[in-house]
Amino acid sequence: MRWTSMPQFSVPSSQLPVPRFRLRTENWELRTRVLAILSAIITLLTPLPSALPYAQPSADARRISVYSPVATYSLPVLERAGHEYVGLLELLEPLGRVSSQSAGRRWKLRYNAVDAEFAAGRTRAMIRGRDFDLTAPFLIENSRGLVPINSLGTLLPRFLGTPVNFHESARRLFVGDVGIQASFRLEASNPPRLLLNFSAPVNPTISTEPGKLRMVFRRDPVVSPGSESISFDSNVIRQASYSENNGDAELDITANQPLMASFSNDRRTIVISAVPQTPAAPSVAESPIASSPNPSSPNTGSSNPSSSNPGSENNGSENNAPKNPAQPPPAANTASSNSETNANSNFHRILAVVDPAHGGDERGAALTDSLAEKDVTLGFARLLRHELQIRGFAVAMLRDGDSTLTLDQRAAAANVARAGIYITLHADSEGSGARVYTALLPVEGPSNGAFHPWNAAQAPALPVSRIVSAAILAEMTKREFPVRASSASLRPLNNVSMPAVAVELAPGTDGIADLTSANYQQRAAAAIADAVASVRDRLMVQQ
Amino acid sequence: MIPRHLLIGVAALLLLVVSMGIYLRHMRRQAREFDSLAADEFPVAPPASGPTETVTLYVADDGAGALRARYAKIPLPGGRQQRAEELLRALLRIYQQPGAPHPLAPAADIRSIFLVDPGAAVIDLNAAFADQHRSGVLSEQLTVNSLVETLAVNVPGIQRVNILVEGKTRETLAGHADLTETFDVTTIVQAGSR
Repeated sequence: MRWTSMPQFSVPSSQLPVPRFRLRTENWELRTRVLAILSAIITLLTPLPSALPYAQPSADARRISVYSPVATYSLPVLERAGHEYVGLLELLEPLGRVSSQSAGRRWKLRYNAVDAEFAAGRTRAMIRGRDFDLTAPFLIENSRGLVPINSLGTLLPRFLGTPVNFHESARRLFVGDVGIQASFRLEASNPPRLLLNFSAPVNPTISTEPGKLRMVFRRDPVVSPGSESISFDSNVIRQASYSENNGDAELDITANQPLMASFSNDRRTIVISAVPQTPAAPSVAESPIASSPNPSSPNTGSSNPSSSNPGSENNGSENNAPKNPAQPPPAANTASSNSETNANSNFHRILAVVDPAHGGDERGAALTDSLAEKDVTLGFARLLRHELQIRGFAVAMLRDGDSTLTLDQRAAAANVARAGIYITLHADSEGSGARVYTALLPVEGPSNGAFHPWNAAQAPALPVSRIVSAAILAEMTKREFPVRASSASLRPLNNVSMPAVAVELAPGTDGIADLTSANYQQRAAAAIADAVASVRDRLMVQQ
Repeated sequence: MIPRHLLIGVAALLLLVVSMGIYLRHMRRQAREFDSLAADEFPVAPPASGPTETVTLYVADDGAGALRARYAKIPLPGGRQQRAEELLRALLRIYQQPGAPHPLAPAADIRSIFLVDPGAAVIDLNAAFADQHRSGVLSEQLTVNSLVETLAVNVPGIQRVNILVEGKTRETLAGHADLTETFDVTTIVQAGSR
């Protein structure tokens, strides 16, 4: 998750009152020592004035969020004599060139070419040579000028020259036309999916609790969709409600089943769907999506008892699988009859994570002048998802659009979902047929009990990964599809803790055109799905 | 009746035009040869001195998707480090020949190799090696395996290999093969034989 840094305030050491006295000693060594001690004390004390009163606000501290085309930031709100105040210098600083000068009770401010003068304890100020009345007296504290926040809606346009929309009760300030509009669309699929479309990419903090999925937009200028509450005609997803509070916007989705969220359309769409009820992998319902790209990151720990993912990069899995394990999957064009038998006889649905490699800014190999690897892998992954679903697997795709995911995020998403198998898909313009890879593990130290090094997380599952690879090799060979199997140092294969294989699709007899041929991809996907279904029992043991 | 001196003059001019044409063609051919020489971006390295030895180079073959052992006689200096560098440069020369089974960019080069005891080697590639490498799991992995196996077989004692690009760790060679980890020679050799 990308966050813009919170402004930190400090007072230059030159402005600190330094005691003035003269060292009368003639002893040079003693003088040097005293000066060194004084310097150390001043250095230690310098950050204190900035750290104590204006420390980064905690989650409960009052703050104001400012959204503008040039910066998005939050500032602490101070309460003085029953009014809420904010530092005017700090408020304007991210928006342009600003300087201030304090002389006694007078406080002068220059923002770009706009001059203003305030007086401590007075409500009357002078901006651009004209009078302006604040709703509460202006305050000066430690040379900082504080203005009441309920004056900001009229005060800031004087400085900025642009309209300002201030949601006073929620302390959200919109400079210019930066608001992100949200719209809802319920898809009557099985299970139903709620699509939240935003007019710009968003990055909310998503948390879940029984019957509710909460999205908090702290850095995104999301505005009300028009109605505070929208009800849906669905047995699963009941209602969406919008609220604003303390600088944040919040969207709550209420349902009678655990929900999961995934991003698509370059983070402009959030897909909400019910978590498939998989008894073998209960954690999928609790935290369906990666909470941190790095398992050693402290962010993986949740401060919210309701299994929230603060600071999470929810680039996770979209799951279109039927949720009811008792219902057999629709037997469409199942290539292998014994696969269906296996699917019906097993009560558990195994979660398969399908990862179309590359995406977004990362295009992968340039297969032709106009064809990028990321596009081929996405199409191939969608076909594989379908083939796995009709063989009874629950399938999660790590991306279902042109979004950028790091390798760590991909591995973390698969690990958190506790998938039964991870399949990453690649494409190459050279060679023919397909290549199947298992992890080539790097040199690592021994595991410490139940913990494995991140770079060798695959180690315990590698034997089963090789069984899956051999099964794919056999199945493709049976179908006269040219195939080769080997090991590769290809991340994130070595970071996932479940059986994992990579499949690289190369052209067939028709050359590079095969890579975009649905028929060719379908043959490969069906072979892979049949192979994975044939080793289903091994995956369940592993899971 | 055309005057005789006019005929002689026209004939002389025609002869001049033809000879100028021939000379022009000759000049163009020379210019083309000069251009092709200038475009040759083979790294200029001082020739290695030392006794000629027979070494085993593991040459990647994209068509077969495997490494093939090839024996070559090359002059090798005495020091282990210089020996390692010459080995990999000899390997690179194969990849840089026209019609190579695993083509690499003409400007690709080994900047240096550091042998760190006990048993660790660090191969430092130049930027052109990685930037102009073909992107693909198989192609990139074959390059890595080829470098590691050739080094390990001909320079005794090497058990682990790291690959840097321009002296820095790079995430992947060309989008796929992970270069952030240390390669275990035994694992690579076993994977190759498998």
